[in-house]
Order: sequence, then C-alpha cells, then structure tokens
Amino acid sequence: MGMRQILDTKVAPHFHEGGKFEKFYTFYEMFDTMLYSPSSVTRSAAHVRDGIDLKRVMMTVWFATFPAILFGLYNTGYQANMQITEFGYQAIPGWRADIVALLTGFDSGNVLANFLHGAVYYVPIMVTVYLGGFIWEGLFAWKRGHEINEGFFVTGILFTLILPPAIPLWQVFLGISFGVIIGKEVFGGTGKNFLNPALVGRAFLYFAYPAQMSGDAVWTAVDSFSGATPLSLAAAGAIDYSAGLTGAAFTSGSVDLSWMSTAMGGIQGCIGETSTIAIALGAIFLLFTKIASWRIMLSVILGTVFMSSIFNAIGSESNPMFAMPWYWHLTIGGLAFGLVYMATDPVSASMTNTGKWVFGIVIGVMTVLIRVVNPAFPEGIMLAILFGNLCAPLIDYFVMRANIRRRLRRSGGAV
Amino acid sequence: MADNMKPKELLFGPILDNNPIALQIIGICSALAVTSNLNTTVTMALALTLVTAFSNFFVSSIRNQIPSSIRIIVQMTIIASLVIVVDQFLRAYAYSISKQLSVFVGLIITNCIVMGRAEAFAMKSPPIPSFIDGIGNGLGYSFILIILGFTRELLGAGSLFGIPVLSKVTDGGWYIPNGLMLLPPSAFFLIGFIIWGIRAVKKTQVEKDSFTPAAHTRASEAF
Repeated sequence: MGMRQILDTKVAPHFHEGGKFEKFYTFYEMFDTMLYSPSSVTRSAAHVRDGIDLKRVMMTVWFATFPAILFGLYNTGYQANMQITEFGYQAIPGWRADIVALLTGFDSGNVLANFLHGAVYYVPIMVTVYLGGFIWEGLFAWKRGHEINEGFFVTGILFTLILPPAIPLWQVFLGISFGVIIGKEVFGGTGKNFLNPALVGRAFLYFAYPAQMSGDAVWTAVDSFSGATPLSLAAAGAIDYSAGLTGAAFTSGSVDLSWMSTAMGGIQGCIGETSTIAIALGAIFLLFTKIASWRIMLSVILGTVFMSSIFNAIGSESNPMFAMPWYWHLTIGGLAFGLVYMATDPVSASMTNTGKWVFGIVIGVMTVLIRVVNPAFPEGIMLAILFGNLCAPLIDYFVMRANIRRRLRRSGGAV
Repeated sequence: MADNMKPKELLFGPILDNNPIALQIIGICSALAVTSNLNTTVTMALALTLVTAFSNFFVSSIRNQIPSSIRIIVQMTIIASLVIVVDQFLRAYAYSISKQLSVFVGLIITNCIVMGRAEAFAMKSPPIPSFIDGIGNGLGYSFILIILGFTRELLGAGSLFGIPVLSKVTDGGWYIPNGLMLLPPSAFFLIGFIIWGIRAVKKTQVEKDSFTPAAHTRASEAF
C-alpha cells in the first residue's frame, strides 16, 4: 500500500467531519498538501491573476532561494572558521562549538567543516522561525477556519536568510512573531498584507535590539568578534574603488577585499545576503519561471545606478560613501538580496506595470540615499523596501487614474 | 444629549465603552509622545484630566452667553488659560518633568479630547455634568496612557517610575531592553493591541467593513 492510500484510508478519515480529530483538520491538511498536490487549488486568488496556484508560486520562490541558502550555510561557517584559523579567535562556547569540534574541527580549508559550522547556526534559526510561524499561522487559521497557506514558507526562509548568524534564538522567535502577526495576520493573512512580513519582523528586531542586529560585532559567529563589514569599511573610506573589479580594494591581515570577492560573497553579513552570484542564480530562476517581476528588479537597479551616479558627480570631502560606484552598491550589503526576493513580493509591491517601474526606482533611490547620507543607518535596503511597500497602493492609484483619464479622453468623454 | 446620562456613566463610560483614544481615536499624538516612561505619563494624564474637567466646567458655565460664531475662539481662550496655569505649575514644582514633556503640555490646547468635549458636551450641558464628563474623559485617556507608559518603560528600560525592576544586561543582569519600546511607534502597536483587546470583548465597537474581502476556500471544500 502506497503512502497516499495509507493517508486516505487510515489517517484522513479521523480528521474529516465526524472524525476523532475533526478540530485539527487544518493541521492535517497542511502536512498532507506539503507532501501531495491538494485536490482543490486556490480558487479565489490572493494576488495571482492567472491559472497558476498559490502553492506553486510559493514553492518556486522557495526553491529559488536554494543557492543563497547553500552559499549562506557555507559562508557562515567559512567566516567563523577563517577567523578562528587565521586570526586566533575562539568559537562561541556551547553545544554548537562542541558539535563542530567533535565532527570536523575548525578548519577553514575544509569545505565540510565550513558547512557544518554554518549549519549549527543556520538550522536552529530556521527551526525556530518555522516553529514560530507554525504556531501563529496555525492559531489564526484555526480560529478563522481556513487552511494554513503556503505564504509562510517563503516568509520563513527569507526571514532566516536576513538574520545575522549568532542572533539569540528567542529574538528570532520574537521577530517572526511580530512579522507574522503585525505584518500579515492583523490585516487578514496572506495576500492582504501591505508590507513584506519578513522585513517587518527584521525591522522590529533592528529597532528593538540594535546591539544584536547591527554594528561590527554580530556578523561572524566567533566569540567577542569585532570586524568591520564592507559597508562600514566603505563608510569609513577604507575601500579603494580604483582597484578595478578584481584588484584588492582593501587589505587587512592576509585577507583581501575586492569587488569580485563581494560579488562572490566570501564576506561577512547576514546569512543569505552576501553572495550576489548565488542571488543572481535565484533571480534567473525566478525570471525564467516568470514568478518575479523583471520590471521591479530592473528598476531597482536603475534607481541605484541613477542615485549613486548623482552622488558620484556631486562628491564630498567628508563623506566617503559619496564616491561609491553603483556596482559596489549592488554587491555589498543586502541590496541584491532585497531586490530579488523582497522587492518582488507580489502582494506588497505595486500591481500595475507602470507602477512597478516607479516602485522599483523609489526603492533603488531610497536605498542609496539612506546608505550615503544617513549616518544612523549603514544599510538602507530594508527601510527602502518597507517605504516602497507603503507607497505601492498610492502609486497604483495614480497609474489607474491616469489610465482612466487617458481612455476617457480617447473616447471623447469628459475628463 | 446629557440630560438622561447618570453621573456614573459620565464618569466611567469613557474608560471602556466610549474611550477617547480606543474608540474615537483622538488624542493619539500626545499618547505617542509622552509615554516612554511612567513619570511623564502620569503627569500628562493628570494635567489633561484637570484641563478637560475645568475647561468643560467654565465653557458650560458661560455657554448661554457665547455667540455661536466665535465659540471656538472663546473655548480656546479658556483652554489656553488653563493650560498656561498647568504649565507654570509644573515649571515651578516639577521642573525636570516639565522639561521632558517640553511642548506637549502646551499642546494640550490643541488636544482633540479637550476641544472635542468642550464643543460636543459642555456647550449643551449644565456645568456639573460637564465637569464630571471632563473627569471621565480624562480617566479614559489616562487609562490608555498608563497602560502604554507601564508597558513601554518596563520593556524598554526595565524600570517603573525610574526604579529598576528587571535587572538589565548592562548592569550585570539578564534582561535585554527592547529599544523599540522607547521609540514613539511602539505606542502605535500597543494602542492597536489595546483596541483589539477591547473590541474582542465589546463586539458593538467593531466597525463594519467598508468592503467585502473574497472568501477563503473553506476546509470542507477541499474534499
């Protein structure tokens, strides 16, 4: 007997009307449809305007994050192991270090050791995120009498990837709870949120616990670490942009930082945001499957190029960020990750095609603006996307009004 | 409007049934600005309650003499005089709190609760019920403010009235303060939660949707 038959004949009846666990149908349905396609697909689409099913969309995005996840796993471990082997830092004491010491040791040359050291940080965060999401989504779905839907799969994975590796797990739980409840459920759940829930959760943590979410000490998982990220190096004027794409733009100890290394991603940062190349792979997949909007991705890049060129042209004696070229903006910090996975969120972005151009340009311009001229925030993509989300309905409104006016004029009606 | 209301309703009605912040959504500005610690919160709550009560009383006393066309200006004059008294009193006896509250004491003049009660209630009711109504609305405002001040100071700074309650990490304890709670937006979320809570109990306060969202697929339709 196959798994499907077992589920249908032995398990499912208990959860149907009249069954023993009727009340828990919601939870059963969630696991069943995770394994198999549901017999009914989303009929009243939350945001999808064609035949594709909500679940398929979410799963595609989920798969598209795999390059970033894999690289993030490796890089988290690599950064920690590299600091340990090259600079004599100690691993953060605890069960994580015990596991790594027991199985592979802390050798940054050993790929497996890097993956393992990354995994001991990544996996607990991911488990906490999904546990938190399961609790809150389950509670709301249960109370409101609908299925737990797949939106959280994506929110959860994106939220995990934009956290620093050594963040305390209770903060992870608080952040995802805030993101799911305030960012999504109070407005009615998946498809009715006007902000990206993962970013709402991150913004909450960013303002609530700045010591664990920003600064130079949190990005590498070794004990009492402190080392400037490429963004803070840039803000301090330590990066030499004339070095070309592969030359060393910054050197400390035996480690070089070039444009190529920021694009490859062997730098410190949030778990999934460091490698622009891995993110670009995900972007190609998303564009190929037509899940994400190329208009948004392109216009964010255009906005970035536009604003950073203006700053390059103006120049500044006191602020070295003015001199940063756009291709550096694109590879350091979270801009690439945000523009591929966050800004393209179909629910919270603009819906109209013209609106998407405006929306993307607003985000690109705001990101560079915040990075360059606001000394309080070294990174601007999170706030820029949230700002874009807030503007999206307004942008759509004006696009639609303009369209109505144009059609009226064409048909000779009163304007 | 006030003829058939008992003093008890006037006094306690605005706390849960007709709360100025939670139901009428007015007076939010100062509720965000002054509630980062309990000292300023309580001072502000007291000041606003007194101003509302006395402005209601005086406006109501001369309500039959006020020409309708300039009534707002007359009300403003009365409110402004009371606010100046409160402001001077605070400067004299509680200078540090007065400095922390900065412009927000002065801004009581434009607080919607004070203006709203003077215009909506005191202009139509005798002085004594007006006075009680002012106290009642002040209590409704204070009720929300004190919840906000309590939560924000406890979670944001680990203290109450400036006295440490949760021992902070920076002082060798265990509590990591939540910095968001010290920023004004946190009061927005907290007011939202309070409104959610009140409306979960008192269903009559729930407004009707201005739209009908598409129905979710019911669990039973899946089979």
